[in-house]
Order: sequence, then structure tokens, then C-alpha cells
Amino acid sequence: MEFTRNSRQLLSKIATNDRHGENSPYFDGWKAYDSNPFHPTHNPHGVIQMGLAENQLCFDLIEKWILENPDASICTAEGIDKFKDIAIFQDYHGLKEFREGVAKFMRRVGGNRVKFDLNRIVMSGGATGANETVMFCLADPGDAFLVPSPYYAGFARDLRWRTRLDIVPVDCRSSNNFRITRAALEEAYEKARRSNINVKGVIIANPSNPLGTVLDKETMRSLVSFINDKNIHLVCDEIYAATVFSSPRFISIAEIIQDMDCNRDLIHIVYSLSKDMGFPGLRVGIVYSFNDDVMNCARKMSSFGLVSSQTQFFLASMLNDEEFVGNFLRESSKRLAKRHHVFTKGLERVGISSLKSNAGLFFWMDMRPLLKEQTVEAEIELWRVIINKVKLNVSPGSSFQCSEPGWFRVCFANMDDETVRVALERIRQFVLQGKEKDDVSDKSKHWKKQNLRLSFSSVRLYDESLMTPRMISPHSPIPHSPLVRART
Amino acid sequence: MGMLSRKVTCNSHGQDSSYFLGWQEYENNPYDEVKNPQGIIQMGLAENQLSFDLLESWLAKNPDAASFRREGQSIFKELALFQDYHGLPVFKKALVDFMAEIRGNKVTFDPNHIVLTAGATSANETLMFCLAEQGDAFLLPTPYYPGFDRDLKWRTGVETVPIQCTSSNRFQITASALEEAYQQAQRKNLRVKGVLVTNPSNPLGTTMTRNELDLLVNFITDKEIHLISDEIYSGTVFNSPAFVSVMEVLKDRKLEKSEVWERVHTVYSLSKDLGLPGFRVGAIYSNDPIVVAAATKMSSFGLVSSQTQYLLSAMLSDKKFTKEYMSKNHKRLQKQQSKLVAGLEKADIGCLESNAGLFCWVDMRHLLRSDTFEAEMELWKRIVYDVKLNISPGSSCHCSEPGWFRVCFANMSEDTLKLAMQRLKSFVGSITVNDQSHQELKNSRRKFRTKWVFRLSFLSFHDREQDER
Repeated sequence: MEFTRNSRQLLSKIATNDRHGENSPYFDGWKAYDSNPFHPTHNPHGVIQMGLAENQLCFDLIEKWILENPDASICTAEGIDKFKDIAIFQDYHGLKEFREGVAKFMRRVGGNRVKFDLNRIVMSGGATGANETVMFCLADPGDAFLVPSPYYAGFARDLRWRTRLDIVPVDCRSSNNFRITRAALEEAYEKARRSNINVKGVIIANPSNPLGTVLDKETMRSLVSFINDKNIHLVCDEIYAATVFSSPRFISIAEIIQDMDCNRDLIHIVYSLSKDMGFPGLRVGIVYSFNDDVMNCARKMSSFGLVSSQTQFFLASMLNDEEFVGNFLRESSKRLAKRHHVFTKGLERVGISSLKSNAGLFFWMDMRPLLKEQTVEAEIELWRVIINKVKLNVSPGSSFQCSEPGWFRVCFANMDDETVRVALERIRQFVLQGKEKDDVSDKSKHWKKQNLRLSFSSVRLYDESLMTPRMISPHSPIPHSPLVRART
Repeated sequence: MGMLSRKVTCNSHGQDSSYFLGWQEYENNPYDEVKNPQGIIQMGLAENQLSFDLLESWLAKNPDAASFRREGQSIFKELALFQDYHGLPVFKKALVDFMAEIRGNKVTFDPNHIVLTAGATSANETLMFCLAEQGDAFLLPTPYYPGFDRDLKWRTGVETVPIQCTSSNRFQITASALEEAYQQAQRKNLRVKGVLVTNPSNPLGTTMTRNELDLLVNFITDKEIHLISDEIYSGTVFNSPAFVSVMEVLKDRKLEKSEVWERVHTVYSLSKDLGLPGFRVGAIYSNDPIVVAAATKMSSFGLVSSQTQYLLSAMLSDKKFTKEYMSKNHKRLQKQQSKLVAGLEKADIGCLESNAGLFCWVDMRHLLRSDTFEAEMELWKRIVYDVKLNISPGSSCHCSEPGWFRVCFANMSEDTLKLAMQRLKSFVGSITVNDQSHQELKNSRRKFRTKWVFRLSFLSFHDREQDER
């Protein structure tokens, strides 16, 4: 499209720059899927969507609850007497019963170890809106936040775009299962300071997207201690808190600061029902700050993204039904665990390992053995093959700013069992074909060209997986894989 | 170095203004017919509560839309997952059709040019983010909606400069006022990016004349800047002259292929017309595809709940219903407005003749101790605390003349309105009794006002003739 120089200048920089991040590969995969979506009968050769972190496993439970609770809707005969009051309700404090329900839910998800104050619950337009709002409250244009990588690709937009902030990544590596170390935090902080970048805080996602892991107590305490020392903020995006399906349990930052000497004015939580309950369309975002000024300011800003009162009313009813919630969370965990198991085991059988994880709607798949070379270009090349030939939309690690090429995030909770089978079969075929091709080429030359960054154990891994995939069974993990040795 | 952002500590959110303080007073002592008959009557809230029965009866007849079903099948899952920022296509289609209907089908809208946002609050802010930045300014005719201070400036860093309008010509926009505002912005070293108008006007309750719209189009063409027309009250026009939108003017002047076409943007919402502010349904309509694309991405920060999109798509697609609703709603608004005007007259208070909106722009200049904003505040406090009516002082709307107040009428029953008018009459009467000198002042002012009110009616009569082709 042609536009005159004049007309472009009439729009803001924000409207015309790239900082919305939608030109990243993360969205390219979506586009490939959109133009050729898989369907078991109508389009069995289409692209299977494995790039969308959605929780579709428990809608039957929700639908049953809806049928049994017609008064949760302001539009049914049972609920219509509330219609008018709810339709005019635009108080940015939000419906009390809704906040009560959310506070109870957060408490339960946190293992009943900490109570959340319903008066601190502030609404926002999804976690997307919540993260942006918190940034608007904590930092000014030009300031920066430290973000451990790999991180959710959407942060580029949510944290930076209209706020005009910067992200300083904190490198995390597979050598220690991508743990956030104090050393890495300090290094990133110092590097930023030397470049005259004003760091206002750290933002983490716990459980992690894309890793699917929860933070342990020591890491969390170390984080709190770090931000206290530097007198900067800590924002914890706990959007995946209830997707933990096996131990270790989820620990909310709210629990950590209960037992620590810490300036609470620096601690802020972002939450949402989009992942735990599978309701991204309802746009329920929550800002929970321990800082009164931030809470008050975020509440005023919530005018820009309030939760529809119709939705608040509906969810108030559902979340205050404690029996239902308990049952839902238990069942959801079970189904996520099963799906995770089917996938990760299925991949192991063909020699593909993934980071050991116990949460999230995805796992972090290790495709380093299949890369031509350990570079981002090779990763993207492999990714394009996976999209176009294998027809699976998975997300390349580079779209999460991962510092090591070869990792891919694979979502598993947004499809039915049959699609899972098809996806696994396609991967199996792809890996086997790859193995056959490699048998033909000269492998020794190939290994000599390997990037020296590889650890000794990783090289051994590649050797073994590429030469003898048929020896790998479901019950015998690759002996030298550092991933399998991991205990977290 | 501050621990928090400057946005937290400044007060550009505007919520320390009297507009919001009056609300707080009301919250502390709200009128209730039974439980608190001495409480404060809320007349500061521009809500349409007159037609809920129509919506409720539609819902009773359309149970599927009400309960996540389509043709008897549950579509909850589909809705719960739907987070496409392009919006539910069936809803966008229904919405643009509704907008066209409001404009007498003289203009049509393309659903691909509409962006859904969490209320008009979000729509206006988003447009600012797209069209302007720090160092830029938008011109706004006074008096204007107090919330604009927050919506347009707070997080965007954009400035606003007033286009001063006065009672001498019914607060209409003039070419000289536009030019003066533009110059003022330049003197402040601000780059003017556009003009934002509300049509029908809040707080005036009047529709813009074709003359004003032409002036605006000429102005933005000449200066090569944007025009945002916030038409949130377009469905509340209950009397002639008929509503004329800026899009209609562009079309009539055959400007669809011109440069100015892409610089005109419309904001809409269902909060006033349908009385559904809680549902947070706003929209931006732009003729510029880059603005549409950028605003669409930004809507991620405030999408409309899919549950709500679905419900309203069914409702607005029912054309028989929308036609009936608009007709009945207009009649009720007109009736209630006349009751307010008549009640005010009994208290010797006049107001700007209006044909739209959920409020009247009331002239209490003759009740001021002096022609100052301090006197206006003094009067306002008496009305809130003594008369127990929460109305909005003109200064909170940035009016250049003291003594004007916005009084809402559509958020209460006829009885409550009657009571409010009785209280006002007593109050005015008591001022008269207590203050002789004030009485003299009042008498002279009353003569002036009567003449002036007559002039207003005379003027509007002429406008009417022009607009009714």
C-alpha cells in the first residue's frame, strides 16, 4: 500500500513502528495455520495448531455448571431481575462478589497458604491489559524491566509498545534447566546500568511460559532479595498458576513474602482466568499489588479495560461455588497431566526430549539434535520445515528470545485426543525420515563444524540420537542427557 | 528517582475534579424512595435507564442469545475461546448496521473498518495513541465531557487545547474560535494533530449544525489534521433537528476519495443509546486502514468480552427490535426531558434548548453571587449539600462562563425527577426570601435571561428550518 510521506507523519510513532511485535515468527505460524487449519475430516492434511496456549480440556465441566445454574446469567428467566443493575454497573471497583470469587480462587490455587484481600483486586483487559497497566504505573518512557528469557513473546508488546519501556533479557540456560540465577540477574542489571538504562524492576512468569516449570522457593527468595537490594519492583505474572498438574506445587509470591523481610511496596501480581479456566474470550485480567499507590492508580486505569459486568456477574456465581471450583481444579490437573504425559512420552519414543515440566499448557521441546548447526537461522529453517512439511504450528525458541537455538514450545491442551495422535504420528514420521536422510550424508564432517558452545554431554546426545534412534525406548532415557538428569 | 511512574503521582486522571467529588458525596448519602428519601438525588450521571423493560422483554423472547446457545446448541466453548482482536464478525456487522440505522441509513459503514474497544473510554484513548504523542495537542470545543482529561491525556502524554464556545451563540463552534485555539496551541509549542468533537454534545445536549460540521471539515482540510467525532449520543436524538454525522457531510460533499476522508474517525458506544455502560462496548470507525490496523492491535488491551459480543450481536441483528427500541426510547427521552425543562421553568431557571443526550445544560447564572467560578462552586456546593441534588458544575466541563450546570434526567423515575424539581424550586424560593439585594440582582438578571431564552428559541427555530430539508 502506498502512503504519502505526509499521511504517515500524521500518525503517531506508536501507530507506525514495529514494537507491537506482530512481525515476529510467533505470528507467522498463526498465519500459516489460519490459511490451512487442520480438521480431522474436512482438512486432515492441514496445519495442526500447537502454537496456541489454550486450555480446552474442561469445557464439559463448565457447560454442565452453566446448565445447572441459569441464575448466573442476567439474561435468563432466572436471572433477568438482575439485568438492569448489572447492565448499568460500571464502577471500576468491580462487583464485590466477583472480587470475592477471584480472591477465593487465587487463594485455593496458591494451596490455601495465603489469603488474598478482595479490596486489592483490580480488573484489567486480560493479563495483556494487566501487564501494560502495571508498567504504566511503575515506569516512565525510556525505563526498562529485566525479563528472564525465554519469555512469552507477547511481552514485547504488552510491556513496551505504548508504555515506551525497554526489556533487558536475563539469560537463562539449559545447562541448569533455565533456572534464574542471582548471577544472571546481577549481570543483566549491571550491563543495563553501564548502558545508562534505568532498570525499574523484574518481571517473571511463574509458572513459566514457555518452560512449563514452577519456580522453587530458593529462586523466589533470591529474586525477592535481589529486588529489595536494588530497590526495584518485582512483577509476578501467575497466569498459569492453576495449570500445575504434578509436583512440585505452585508457590505464589504472596506466600514467599509472608516469611521474608521485604518491602511489600515492590511486589505486584498479575493474574487472569484465560489459562486456568480456559476463558480467554471473557477478558478477565487482574492486577494485585501490595503497593497502595499502585493499586489505586491501576484501579483508575482499569477504566480502559474493565471486565464486562455481564461477565463479572457470571463468574461471581461460578467462582463462589466452592464445590464446583474444587472439583474443576482437580479434574483439570488430571487431564493436563495425562495429556502432557502422552505427548512427552510419545516424543521420547522417537528420541525427542523436552525440559521436565509440571505446569502450563505446553512443554519445551529440545530439537537441538535436529539442527543443521546451532544457530538461530538453522532453528528458523527447521521451524519452517515443521510448519510447511510436517504441518505443525509450534513456536520456535527464538520467538521467546531464548539464547540457545533449537528449543520449541509445543502446546498440548488445545486439541482433542485424535488430533494428538495425528500430531505425534507426523513428528514420528518426520524424525524417522530425517534419520534416513542423515544416514546418507557424511556425518563426521558435520560434527566437526559443530559450534564449540555445545557441552560435551550434548554432543554425545546428538551422536546417539542420530545414529541409533531405534534403540531408544519409552523406558530407557538417553543416559547422557542433562535434561533427563534434572530433578526439578 | 521516583519509585513509581509520573502517571501515578500526577493528577491528569482528573479524578480530583468536582465532577467526581459530587459522585462521592452521592455515594455517601444516596437517595432512595423508601430507605433514604432525604438523600442526594443523582443528577450527575449520564445514564439511560428509561428503556430497560424493552431490553428485558427481548431477552425473555430470545433465550438462546441469553445463555450461550445458538440454535439450541451450546456454544460456550467457542465463545470462551474467542479472543480474536478483529472481533466477532456477526457482532461487527450488527453494530455497523445499527450505526447506519441511527443515521437514517444516509451513511453505511464497512465492518472491516470498525475496531471494538472496552467502551468509548478505551476508544478515545486508543485513537490518541494512534494519532498523537507527547508534544502534540488536540483541540476540543468547550464545554466538554470531564472524562476527556483522563481519556485523552493521562497515559498518552497528549495535550488538549480548548476551542472556546460561549452562550452568545448557543455554544456553537465558530471559525474564529477554531483559529484562536490553533494559535494558542502554537504559542505553547504544541503541534496540533486534530480536533475532537462530541456530536451530539455532552454536556450541551445539542446536535451539531451542518454549518458547524462544514466549518470543521474545512478547518481540518486546511490545516491537514485529524477530526475525531465522538458520536456516543447519536442514538439519543429525540427531537429535530435530525442528527447529521460528519460522515454524512463528507459524503454529501463528495469527499470520499479526498485526502481528508482518511483523517476523519468516529467513536461510538452502546453505553448511552442502549443504556449498557457495564458491558463495555465501544468502537472506533476509521477510514484510514493504518489507523484501523494499529487500533485493532491496541484493542488487545481492552477487548469486548466475547460473551457480551454474542449477546448483543443477536440483539442488534433483530432489526424489528432495534427499530421499535429506538422509537420508544426517543419518545421516553423526550418526555422526561420536557418534564425537566418544565420543572426548571417553575423554579425560574432556564436551559439551553436541546434535542439530544441524557441531560440539559442549565443556566443558573442569575443565582450566582458574582460572575465568577468561585461563586459557581459556592452555588454548586449548596445544591449538593443543601438541596441534595448532585449536578455537574460547568467548570468541571471547562466552560468559559460561570453559572452553567449539567443536569441529567434519564437515570431516574418520573417521581424522582418531580421531587428533584420541587427541591430546586424551594431552594430558589428560599434564596429569594433571604437575600433582598440578591433579589434585585436576580430580577435584573431574570429580565436579561428571559430575553435571552427567547432569543435561544428564536435561533433554534431558524436552525430547524435550515436542517429540515
